[in-house]
Amino acid sequence: MKTDIILSGVGGQGILSIAATIAIAALDNELYIKQSEVHGMSQRGGAVQSHLRISNKPIASDLIPLGESDLIISVEPMEGLRYIPYLSSAGWLVTNTKPFINIDNYPDKNELMSTITSFKNHIALDADKISRELQSPRSSNIVMLGAASPFIKIPYESFEEGIKKIFGRKGEEVVRLNIDALKAGREFAEKAIHNDAG
Amino acid sequence: MEKLLLLGDEAVAQGAIDGGMSGMYAYPGTPSTEIMEYVQKSRIAKERNIHRRWSTNEKTAMEAALGMSYAGKRAMIAMKHVGLNVAADVFINSAITGVNGGMVIAVADDPSMHSSQNEQDSRFYGKFAQIPVLEPSNQQEAYDMAYESFDLSEKFGVPVLIRLTTRLSHSRSGVKTSALKEENKITFPEDPIQFVLLPFNARKRYQILLDKQSGFKETSEESKYNIYYDGEDKSIGIITSGIAYNYLMENYPGRICPHPVLKIGQYPLPYSKVEKIDKECDKLLIIEEGYPFIEEMLRGFLDKENRVMGRLDGTLQRAGELNPNIVAAALGKVNGENIKIPEIVANRPPQFCPGCAHKDVYDALNETMKEYGSQKVFSDIGCYTLGALPPYNAIHSCVDMGASITMAKGAADAGVKHVVAVIGDSTFTHSGMTALLDAVLENSPITVVISDNSTIAMTGGQESAATGHLEKICEGVGVQSDHIRVVTPLRRYHDEIVQVLKEEIEYEGISVVIPRRECVQTAASKRKAEKAGKAKLKTV
Ligand SMILES: Cc1ncc(C[n+]2csc(CCOP(=O)(O)OP(=O)(O)O)c2C)c(N)n1
Repeated sequence: MKTDIILSGVGGQGILSIAATIAIAALDNELYIKQSEVHGMSQRGGAVQSHLRISNKPIASDLIPLGESDLIISVEPMEGLRYIPYLSSAGWLVTNTKPFINIDNYPDKNELMSTITSFKNHIALDADKISRELQSPRSSNIVMLGAASPFIKIPYESFEEGIKKIFGRKGEEVVRLNIDALKAGREFAEKAIHNDAG
Repeated sequence: MEKLLLLGDEAVAQGAIDGGMSGMYAYPGTPSTEIMEYVQKSRIAKERNIHRRWSTNEKTAMEAALGMSYAGKRAMIAMKHVGLNVAADVFINSAITGVNGGMVIAVADDPSMHSSQNEQDSRFYGKFAQIPVLEPSNQQEAYDMAYESFDLSEKFGVPVLIRLTTRLSHSRSGVKTSALKEENKITFPEDPIQFVLLPFNARKRYQILLDKQSGFKETSEESKYNIYYDGEDKSIGIITSGIAYNYLMENYPGRICPHPVLKIGQYPLPYSKVEKIDKECDKLLIIEEGYPFIEEMLRGFLDKENRVMGRLDGTLQRAGELNPNIVAAALGKVNGENIKIPEIVANRPPQFCPGCAHKDVYDALNETMKEYGSQKVFSDIGCYTLGALPPYNAIHSCVDMGASITMAKGAADAGVKHVVAVIGDSTFTHSGMTALLDAVLENSPITVVISDNSTIAMTGGQESAATGHLEKICEGVGVQSDHIRVVTPLRRYHDEIVQVLKEEIEYEGISVVIPRRECVQTAASKRKAEKAGKAKLKTV
């Protein structure tokens, strides 16, 4: 059993909080973890990515080989595409559709969306909108985690436990909002998979 | 025994704490910064009052650590690879003085230059200083090596170097910890002139260092970090070290390599193990993250038989970091076809944060320099270096910490007029103060712009030694007080800043302009911390 995940976004979007929640959930299930992060220069509004590997056997490389990732979770629509060469043929691209535009040559939105939907295994959702509707605008990354959760070989309850551990200090209300966000993302993904299959 | 999920950097820090360290000394630098930051957050470090404040630069850090070692206690120094250039003098000489309490230098190299000016390989420094070097390949080894390194240092009475690389420094994994050791008590060196490197004693001490070499070699032979794994296919034997070992094993399902593998984690190289793999195998493939350090030693000068493959014969790329795919190709494996990056994906380079004060400085400077020519602007290393990129294209050098001022002085010495140096507040206290004194001594006609955002922003907002001291330092060094001008880099003061810059650039002597406004990132995190503090008060 293994799940190799690439997380992507723009410096400052907080992809490491998603990584941390998955890592805690994986630890709870006594799995091996390696998670490579980007610090430093590129954190200044540049492209950032993290490689997260979980497995029931010891993991060798801290970096995922090209073409072997089971999942890309991107909190920004263009950034997920940047790491497409890592995705395995059966892998899933789970991406937020809300663009982060801080460059002049950002691609056309329609073209971007049609590129994303050209991949058969994709889940695309506006996590920012969903989190706003839940009155929890800061939880969009957790919505993304929820949408990716069906593809991570860890029981769903472990993610809820992870959220309780990470947000527990901030009080029950924050924990509840994030568990709702996780659920909303999960439901979106399950519906999308179902519609696809149907 | 506890199991923690730690970055390679954090594992080194935790290992050092558990290993009885009394002082951590460091100047921030990617990818090493998290070593000190972890100690600063550690409960044990607080309880024991382990030294954990940032130093002004890597040299002062290492000298203070050597002082702590002199006093019998265990100290660690952490820095990025280029920091070791700054600390090279004390580093090389501390191998000759030797140490009293254990002293360990943790250096993080940055192959592929993710956040650096070069990709120099610190193992060469270890060899240069002729001391033992440890090179972990995973987080557990990073912990264990740090934990044991003080014993090794004290056993031989020399400093020990731990070499990390970006992908290990910044990768997290589970780490089992060992029992917390007691700190050392204060003791002085047995020989009262051990640390006096006057020639007569330096010669004696150097001979002592040379005499220790055979002991280093023996320890390497027996080291549990230098492991020989046998394999059936002896057409190639593989010697690998550090994180490159992981990339090698990634290529074999079940993690069993058919070739003999010698995994190196401790230097000097274990002679008999290298000899064994050389004897048993037809060819040798050397896979190492960084420079071809092991490869060059084995290849020798003439390489008559051409039996050694690696970065020098093109089997592996000569520069840049490795990954599982690059190693696969070197092993003769075919990498499958992958989906290409869609063409619409645009580059997203790092850039100034919205509201950053450096931007206002460059807006004003660019307008001012229209008259004088922008190529007369030298600069340095920090967030403000992004001013070299469009749309600003405002600065024309970034070489080593502090060089902006001295390079500007040199250009002025050459006869160039209206020369400017742009430097950050922390870079200035790191290595710009002595440069400024040089300019003061000759009253060089240059203008030094110290863009003061009151933090070390580039590496994540550490406390800057310059905060609250800049004007006094400049005055103390000898800049005339009416040529030390402080301005506030905000859009609404643009014209005023341009005016001040003009006046000082026109002035034919040394002048300093200090645009001062706090980094937007540190300001935001302070506000957040305050809010959290208030919320806590409410619930209490
Ligand atoms: C010798 C050396 N040490 C450390 C670094 C890493 N480093 C690069 S820039 C920087 C800090 C710059 O701080 P400051 O001058 O205040 O500029 P800011 O980033 O805040 O704009 C550091 C620590 C380096 N490049 N070289």
